[in-house]
Amino acid sequence: MSLYANTKPSISSFNAPSYAPQLVEGINTVLVIGSGGLSIGQAGEFDYSGSQAIKALRESNIRTVLINPNIATNQTSHALADRIYYLPVTPEYITYIIQREKPDGILLTFGGQTGLNCGIALDQSGILAKYNVKVLGTPIQTLITSEDRDLFASALKQINIPIAESVACDTVEQTLAAAAQIKYPIIVRSAYALGGLGSGFANNEQELRQLASKSLALAPQILVEKSLKGWKEVEYEVVRDRANNCITVCNMENFDPLGVHTGDSIVFAPSQTLSDEEFHMLRSAAIKIIRHLGVVGECNVQYALQPDGLDYRVIEVNARLSRSSALASKATGYPLAYTAAKIALGYTLPELPNPITKTTVANFEPSLDYIVAKVPKWDLAKFQYVDRSIGSAMKSVGEVMAIGRNYEEAFQKALRQIDPSLLGFQAGPASEFPTKAVLDDALANPTDRRVLAIGHAMINEGYTVDMVHELSRIDKWFLYKCQNIVDMYKKLNKVTDAAQLDADLLKAAKKLGFADKQIAKSIAPELNLSEFDIRKIRKSFGIVPFVKRIDTLAAEFPAMTNYLYTTYNATKSDVEFNENGMLVLGSGVYRIGSSVEFDWCAVNTANTLRKEGKKTIMINYNPETVSTDFDEVDRLYFEELSFERVMDIYELEQSEGCIISVGGQQPQNIALSLFQNGCNILGTSPEDIDKAENRHKFSTILDSINVDQPEWSELTSMEEANKFAAKVGFPVLIRPSYVLSGAAMSVVNDVEELREKLSLASDISPDHPVVMSKFIEGAQEIDIDAVAYNGKVLVHAISEHIENAGIHSGDASLILPPQYLSNDTKRELKDIADKVAIAWKITGPFNMQIIKDGKKPLKVIECNIRASRSFPFVSKVLGVNFIELAVKAFLGGDKVPEPVDLMMGKDYKYVATKVPQFSFTRLGGADPYLGVEMASTGEVASFGKDLTEAYWTAMQSTMNFKVPLPPTGILFGGDLSKDHLGNVAKQICDLGFKFFAPNEETKAYITKFIGDASPVEVLNFPANDNRTVRALFADNKISCVFNLASKRAENTDDKDYQMRRQAIDFALPLFNEPQTALLFSKCLYAKIGEKIELLKDGNTKIPSEVLSWEEFLGFKAI
Amino acid sequence: MSKAIFNIQNGPTFEGISFGAEKSVAGEAVFTTSLVGYPESMTDPSYRGQILVFTQPLIGNYGVPDGTARDEWNLLKYFESPHAHVVGIVVAEYAYNYSHWNAIESLASWCKREGIAAITGVDTRAVVQYLREEGSSLGRITVGDDKPLEYFDPMATHLVEQVTTKEPFYVASTLKNPVANIALIDCGVKEKIIRCLARRGANVTVFPCDFKIQEIADQFDGIFLSNGPGDPKMNVSTIANLKELLENPKFDKIPIFGICLGHQLLALASGAQTTKLKYGNRAHNIPVMDLTTGQCHITSQNHGYAVDVDTLPKDQWKPYFINLNDHSNEGMIHLTKPIFSTQFHPEAKGGPLDTDIMFDKFFENIEAFKASEGAKIEQKQKISERAKLNLNADVLAKERVLL
Repeated sequence: MSLYANTKPSISSFNAPSYAPQLVEGINTVLVIGSGGLSIGQAGEFDYSGSQAIKALRESNIRTVLINPNIATNQTSHALADRIYYLPVTPEYITYIIQREKPDGILLTFGGQTGLNCGIALDQSGILAKYNVKVLGTPIQTLITSEDRDLFASALKQINIPIAESVACDTVEQTLAAAAQIKYPIIVRSAYALGGLGSGFANNEQELRQLASKSLALAPQILVEKSLKGWKEVEYEVVRDRANNCITVCNMENFDPLGVHTGDSIVFAPSQTLSDEEFHMLRSAAIKIIRHLGVVGECNVQYALQPDGLDYRVIEVNARLSRSSALASKATGYPLAYTAAKIALGYTLPELPNPITKTTVANFEPSLDYIVAKVPKWDLAKFQYVDRSIGSAMKSVGEVMAIGRNYEEAFQKALRQIDPSLLGFQAGPASEFPTKAVLDDALANPTDRRVLAIGHAMINEGYTVDMVHELSRIDKWFLYKCQNIVDMYKKLNKVTDAAQLDADLLKAAKKLGFADKQIAKSIAPELNLSEFDIRKIRKSFGIVPFVKRIDTLAAEFPAMTNYLYTTYNATKSDVEFNENGMLVLGSGVYRIGSSVEFDWCAVNTANTLRKEGKKTIMINYNPETVSTDFDEVDRLYFEELSFERVMDIYELEQSEGCIISVGGQQPQNIALSLFQNGCNILGTSPEDIDKAENRHKFSTILDSINVDQPEWSELTSMEEANKFAAKVGFPVLIRPSYVLSGAAMSVVNDVEELREKLSLASDISPDHPVVMSKFIEGAQEIDIDAVAYNGKVLVHAISEHIENAGIHSGDASLILPPQYLSNDTKRELKDIADKVAIAWKITGPFNMQIIKDGKKPLKVIECNIRASRSFPFVSKVLGVNFIELAVKAFLGGDKVPEPVDLMMGKDYKYVATKVPQFSFTRLGGADPYLGVEMASTGEVASFGKDLTEAYWTAMQSTMNFKVPLPPTGILFGGDLSKDHLGNVAKQICDLGFKFFAPNEETKAYITKFIGDASPVEVLNFPANDNRTVRALFADNKISCVFNLASKRAENTDDKDYQMRRQAIDFALPLFNEPQTALLFSKCLYAKIGEKIELLKDGNTKIPSEVLSWEEFLGFKAI
Repeated sequence: MSKAIFNIQNGPTFEGISFGAEKSVAGEAVFTTSLVGYPESMTDPSYRGQILVFTQPLIGNYGVPDGTARDEWNLLKYFESPHAHVVGIVVAEYAYNYSHWNAIESLASWCKREGIAAITGVDTRAVVQYLREEGSSLGRITVGDDKPLEYFDPMATHLVEQVTTKEPFYVASTLKNPVANIALIDCGVKEKIIRCLARRGANVTVFPCDFKIQEIADQFDGIFLSNGPGDPKMNVSTIANLKELLENPKFDKIPIFGICLGHQLLALASGAQTTKLKYGNRAHNIPVMDLTTGQCHITSQNHGYAVDVDTLPKDQWKPYFINLNDHSNEGMIHLTKPIFSTQFHPEAKGGPLDTDIMFDKFFENIEAFKASEGAKIEQKQKISERAKLNLNADVLAKERVLL
């Protein structure tokens, strides 16, 4: 029986007299499942999707309950959801919420794969039926069919839609047999996995055996298919309503041929190399599929298309909102998530307005009069031993989208957005491709560096389009366009006299997406022209960009949209510049160290400005964000955050001012240039900001205000470095200014290591100085987030790190309010904040990291005069919106509130902890070891009545965290010279776990701590025999690994490295840092009994951590 | 590369580069928002005399396929008629290098051979905004140092006469036992329409636009009225023929299906009126609702005129489809007879294939007609009758006859 009383269409359209939507009855409260912490394959796009869904529900007067422990998201705001739970997105916790909130309906397709998996589990366990919760939108059975390859294959067979021949296998043996039948090369995919996790290619039996055993560790079932390498990859986003109306909102074509996961592919929308016949063949198939499967909402269909004929295969169908659907929404302006949510309620497509035109209906297909480029952002350089090849498992941590009126413009914009140090489409360093063989390999076998290899081949090595095509199989059309860029480089290279830079040449270069800086660097260096000079010259010719609207229908109907982009391929702008709006610079691409938290900051900045009556202009280019939702601001420029483009927009809009301190580091980097070119920057002066970013200036000022800091020095030779190390004593922290390979920052423990790091990993010379500072071991680290006005602190938050100093603050677990600090220390911290605010004349947000080492004076190790990663966390935990205060400080005058101290004299009845979300599972080989370089891709936070409860809940909120339950096994390893590991073992030795050690030595060490409380068994893990290792883990039911090594592995033979990696590869909880390991062991001790009770069949008790945000705070905050 | 200028009468001027024929042209400037299908559009006779502006900024990407390739029905495989009908095209950016397995030449070289003026480097979005606000306008492309041509309004001429087949021709079904004989009035029919009929097993006899269909209608199982260019009211004789056909009770049961101009002609023959739209509907993304069921479809469209639904004789016709964007009429269906027509193009090419079901409906009507009392004429008899009219399949041309 369908949820929808009527599945027949009716004559009803929102813009006609016959408007009579038949909605699902009895839906007053809806539970929305969020996706949790940002991880590779499941990132910010679900904040955007979920936020839109909640907006759509609110509009229909439905009460929304949201579960999502990702505290930095926009959706976890009372401006959107009525009730918010920062709890693990697991069937267990969703059940508790269902018991408490009694929702009438549930939305499962807005929380990524996590939400979908939970929904299926809740349906299968009968919970949804038991509590009469209706699944809105696409029915559960459709979700199951789309996820289970066997069911999916037979469903598509019924309607004669070809899919890649695939065999579902549960064991390695079955996999090998299937491959023998299908013939190599083979692709392996895992069912029920996000972002193609555990997928890969195998060319022979040996490769397949390895791949299959790893994949089967992650998923119960894998699929073996024929590899269609070299085919085109094309996607369609399809929408269907309950009445069988279907539209395809967007199609997209991958630059990278099949073989690269679509999340790791460069993508263009709409498709560019497909003829009408191909385009509509695939479009019709997509509609046939979605109708047959019975999707009610949104769905994504991925195809492989024969590059020299009309054969095609369906690769995958995602019957939920996805990364691609978020991209398609931004690329077209068509709000897919919003529409899908409305459809879930029972609206039909003709009953919904096109939100862009407002006058036409949602039942149409956008027509684009521009081209959109999406380029993924990888951060693989941050990891050691990681496999850099790009294939069927996604590895990128973010993506950018660029809009242009031609390929070159969009592509070059996108490349600069990925990495501001890129000029556009350019060559990678020649040293990276020393021989033809290396270069050819880089072209043929995709890595995160392939686009730079193509640049090098075409620009420097004279490779023709045909040669690059032969190696890469990238369609020649894309390469011809790249050749146009190459040709322009050649023209510019010939410019040896400024007079040659005439209007025609500059215009032609700008039309091909060349940045001013790119032009400056391409002409003869002896001309000594900077990007600023080029800007001046081109403006003297009147060469400035035009502004065009994204309106979903290629200007066919008037649409007053505020969704804008700039282009040089035009002769007229669509908008008038008469609003003088305030610019807000967004965060740019999500990457390690900068993600959704800055989107929250940007969105809240815009909200506050609007509330204060200001017109707002957002600049950002990240399709995964809420800040690039056009209804968040008065004008949205989907544009580069470069000096050039921001200044262009500032000048065109005659903007009132620019906010550069809420988008993380990226906008901060251009602040000084903007300021020096006459841009009115709100808040702290960029010159003062620079005094915090420059190590020397920073240090001098700290000295002048009597604030302590670890000893440091800037060194230009090996001798100096040794001398400094000898003076302060090891360990020392080094930050090379130029890095050859590996991570940029590291802790060095002895002379030998220092020599190695400075000679092998980086270059030390007067041109490339190295900053060295004393590394303080065993110290506590504290984060201060604050807002000041004219040097006076208005509000501040003190968060304690659980980990000792030395773990990057982005990877640290935070506790708020602080639990271990005395009032004296808190006063001292506030005092430092006050001094810093005065010294830097701060107006707006700032953040500091401070070290507390016993009774010694507090030391400042870092200060950022901008909103930090932890702003949403502290705002939501304390119930005070720091960004709102910062904006009021920016605006000044009577807007500025009185200072308030939230840290002293307040009795908080709760504690919140924020813990990092890692994505090591997806980064094959990467060492899950924490250090001074950040490695986490996201974060989650939970509340509790005390620290144990908060941390216990927060850890469960990290993705796929399975609480180890006795009598399973726990494996110990690491540094035996310290007591940490022993203390952990002691804490949990009488809970009924079986203890394991990798050798006799460790066994003896553990036994020393726990006596005969629990036997310790030694497991001999053979090197290079993953099957045996795997069997040992499985046979002994190892469910958790504590590996407390004191230093990074030197190579992949390191036993601790292998143990850590195995924990990740077998999807087990891994604790690799002493303080968090200890805290978690305390949690286990305190909570495991309760957990066992809770998990018993028939349990109806709800644990005490299951309270809404509002209930913890005692009021409804922000 | 020579320069080219695109002017709109009383409107803006755009400078660009010529990539087509070295020939200046004038015509009606219209735009299409379709993302793909430039070879299909340009060979669609409905675009006769027009200068087509593409809103998709990148044109020529996949080259041009073989315009002489034919399928199993001897219909053109990739083109919608043997030649291009637009007089010129305006694009934002022409792809000087194309890439497609199916292409045999570039768009530029084809334009040159076909005598089509082509200009690239135009802010086509600005053109659309002008046309949208000011309505359809006359335009001209001036190539190189040519003297600008006078503006010329092709809508004031009888365009259908230029594109209709000059003699009847016959497209045979490949079935051993064809399911129907269909008469098709060619006002500029697209190859795909004939294919849609032939593929369903019909023999199709294609007649010139002014052929007196009412005199031979009884020899067919169904009548199809094709698409075509221009102002429908220009087709005086076709309308008169259709009027006679519709008013003759003898033909009450014969199924009729019209597309685009065919729909408009049917409306005019029934006494309804057509009007010129402000700037027409030319796109592949236009939503229509079936007013008999409420089902919506995305359709391919290409028309500058529309049927005024208020003038439809209510005792005979009801509106069948409505355009969900501008609420213009998209089709009509007879209250009692097996006759219906659509403003949109169910045959697509280019465009979405969603409404292909309209052809199924036509064939259902044909099946019903064949099964009914009024259609008991033996196939043999039909063929002999047609022999008298020199319509014997064996002697008819096998493709359209152009001068």
